Amino acid sequence: MRVELVRRGERSAAMAYLSPLLALLLTLIGGALIVIVWRVVAMDTSAPDSGGLFGAIQQGFADYGRFLYVFFIEPLTAMWSIEDLIAKATPIILVAIGLSFCFLSNTWNIGAEGQIAVGAITGSFLPIFFPEWQGPFILPAMLILGMLGGMAYASIPALLKIRFGTNEILTSLMLVYVAQLFLDWLARGPWRNPEGHNFPDSRPFDGDQLLPTLFGTNIRISVLFVFVAAFAAWFLMRWTKTGFQIRVLGQAPRAGAFAGFSQKRMVLLTFLISGALAGLAGASEIAGPVGQLRTTVSPGYGFTAIIVAFLGRLNPIGAIFAGFLLALSYLGGEGAQIALGMSDQTTRVFQGMLLFFVLACDSFIFYRLQIVRRPVVPQTQAVAS
Amino acid sequence: MELIRSGAGSAGPGRQRPDSAPLLRAIGITKMFGSFTANDTIDLTIRPGEIHALLGENGAGKSTLVKILYGSLQPTDGSIEWKGRPVGISSPSAARKLGIGMVFQHFSLFEALTVVENIALALSDRKSRSALSREIETISAEYGLPLNPNSVIADLSVGERQRVEIVRCLLQNPELIIMDEPTSVLTPQEADDLFLTLDKLTARGCAVLYISHRLEEVKRICHHATILRHGKVVAECDPQKETAARLATMMVGAEVRSLTADIPPPQNARTRLAVQDLSLPKPHPFAVALHAISFEVKAGEVMAIAGIAGNGQGELFDALSGERLSDGAATVVIDGKACGGLGVTARRKLGAAFVPEERMGHGAVPRMKLSDNALLTRHATGDHLLRGGVINPEASRQLAERISRSFDVRKGAPDPEAGSLSGGNLQKFVVGREIDRQPGVLVVSQPTWGVDAGAAAIIRQALIDLARSGSAILVISQDLDEVLEIADHVAVISKGHLSPSRPTSGLTREEIGLLMGGVGEPTMTGRGAVHAG
Repeated sequence: MRVELVRRGERSAAMAYLSPLLALLLTLIGGALIVIVWRVVAMDTSAPDSGGLFGAIQQGFADYGRFLYVFFIEPLTAMWSIEDLIAKATPIILVAIGLSFCFLSNTWNIGAEGQIAVGAITGSFLPIFFPEWQGPFILPAMLILGMLGGMAYASIPALLKIRFGTNEILTSLMLVYVAQLFLDWLARGPWRNPEGHNFPDSRPFDGDQLLPTLFGTNIRISVLFVFVAAFAAWFLMRWTKTGFQIRVLGQAPRAGAFAGFSQKRMVLLTFLISGALAGLAGASEIAGPVGQLRTTVSPGYGFTAIIVAFLGRLNPIGAIFAGFLLALSYLGGEGAQIALGMSDQTTRVFQGMLLFFVLACDSFIFYRLQIVRRPVVPQTQAVAS
Repeated sequence: MELIRSGAGSAGPGRQRPDSAPLLRAIGITKMFGSFTANDTIDLTIRPGEIHALLGENGAGKSTLVKILYGSLQPTDGSIEWKGRPVGISSPSAARKLGIGMVFQHFSLFEALTVVENIALALSDRKSRSALSREIETISAEYGLPLNPNSVIADLSVGERQRVEIVRCLLQNPELIIMDEPTSVLTPQEADDLFLTLDKLTARGCAVLYISHRLEEVKRICHHATILRHGKVVAECDPQKETAARLATMMVGAEVRSLTADIPPPQNARTRLAVQDLSLPKPHPFAVALHAISFEVKAGEVMAIAGIAGNGQGELFDALSGERLSDGAATVVIDGKACGGLGVTARRKLGAAFVPEERMGHGAVPRMKLSDNALLTRHATGDHLLRGGVINPEASRQLAERISRSFDVRKGAPDPEAGSLSGGNLQKFVVGREIDRQPGVLVVSQPTWGVDAGAAAIIRQALIDLARSGSAILVISQDLDEVLEIADHVAVISKGHLSPSRPTSGLTREEIGLLMGGVGEPTMTGRGAVHAG
């Protein structure tokens, strides 16, 4: 008996929705194994009440129960942490919506993290050089500059690919480090706050330079950008010729060329869209939760957004749900560190497992498992005489 | 050059099916894929020393049966006897151990390796490379399959590559060789050589299971035929005693519509497609460069470009469709408009339509619905499928439905994914999508490639009807029967050169075949002379 992957006639719509849930389940199982192994490895057998291996495993299960609570439930029990969740989900989802365009068209922008950094830099330009500027135009100008910065930075790998055929995965990823180091230099050097007691930050932004909050909470209006962007992206992808071109070129480049669509234009367009949204996310950070330009503005939102884009089925609406789940993993990771003393890498391990499993489970959209029985007649001696 | 019809005498009439105990018996073979029965209680008996034809339309269950006999699929029910003993064939290697070999339609050779290296990969038990080389030379001399063991595969012609596959198969001392559409890639002359080899094999008692849809060929060389339809055996017969039309009727289950091209093409019609001195370099190292190609297609006429695969057909198609632009605008002229520098959408707007050879991934996006695939080539041709850049899905659906109805596209759901259709049905859709526009110029590559007889007749008739309504049709085809059946003029492409076109009336298969083999070129006359003499 053996197990085979058999190609389905049509893609399974049900599996397309079930796959992220299955992946989440597998991630939870994988997480349990990690916590238990962590317990067993850390087991102190010399202690009189350790209970041996069995005790350690039992302890591991108990810890995992607590871990699940800390990771997934606790962040939702207090208003401040829900506000924090929304603040973290906002940039992740914005970026993921842009990346969905890239991935659907089979171009691979891995550099959103760098485009966030550049968006933060260009978005900070006005309040740093014109600190006195207030009024209704300053914030939109900051956000637009952020988007333009993200677009300009994203256009580099796109143009390199179009002109020289370079691999955009490598160029966009490497440009992340260039942008991060440039941001670091700016925040420590020329753009440092002269009155900031040598802290490596820019001057704090204030007044109209900051995103207003909603309904007396700490939730900023940038959360509305998410819904506007998601709806606009959904419409563009599903209902317009541009979206059709992106999907065709992503699935079958030759058919796209045969239809008269230009692969090069689409590479540039998808990079510009994702760069603009990443730049917006970066500008919203410095005009929002961060409130100034610092040496880092994003704890890896640009990479997390890759996972969110896939988990959300490259669908802008799906990205909203997936974005909240992954934002939860940031808060949960912090919680696990505090409550259980686990490593601060827990969040990344969790995110990595989730991406791994969702890509694996996506096989079942186009394939199904089939168990192959042994042949009906047992094989006799096969000797060709 | 006076041509003697070669080949026809090599086999001769009166082949007798050997009257011996069966080599292989398949009893009640049934194979289910989910609820779909691909093979339904099939009985098949192959005797040693016979060439046994397996006939059937696409989707009749031929490949499923063959995969079961070669061990790559397991039957749901039924049993196989080899020399009277029941056996289970659990894998291709088990089949090879029994003595069953297979020559595939698509070759599985490494282009960068030599003949002997490729063969050594399959025969792990041969230790010495030089001994294997000698073995290859012996076998190839014995069976008339000239091969140099040290040639690199990339330098070999398609016919020679097939010889490598056959020799590789023979080195394993098979008693049954399964051949899947072996002549589909060969010139008539190369096919004749293959038939001589098959005669030598059967003379030594080896059996051949011969899968083909070329009925004339089956009539000529096979001793016995088993005909499948919808997964069942519908008839067994001696193909030499049947007419090709009878065999076709048994395969399809109904009389195949004969084509009507009674109205001759109009005289002195205007030229709708003109190609003048079109030369293009190779787009990549394994492609073919086009050399000063010129031809004209007039309104009301079907012109064919025949040739063996890989002689520049794909490159020519891309240059005609505008997927690849040419330097001079006047190299391609559609309805009087020079458009060598215009892209595919601009050429479509001029009234041209194109059907590429590859349906999946070029003519259609497999994982998109038929309605989306209708939009693929019709988005700019005035069908109102878009309103200011916004898709009108209802219009696309109606268009897909209209195409499906008029071209008898059979589908399981109202608007299925293109990839879920059978090859023949998708081809009807892809051709129908363009003909539905009533284009002034239609360029179609391999219009009936891998399509069953019924669908092929529908497609060919539609092409003729479109031409007679005043369009100019260019058919790029490897299928000589098709060329002779539908084209008014034919030219042959060989190594990127196009021969002058000739009227098809009065041409024979052999004459085109010689041109296809490159006889038109001065350097290649040697090979043609062997056959002509």
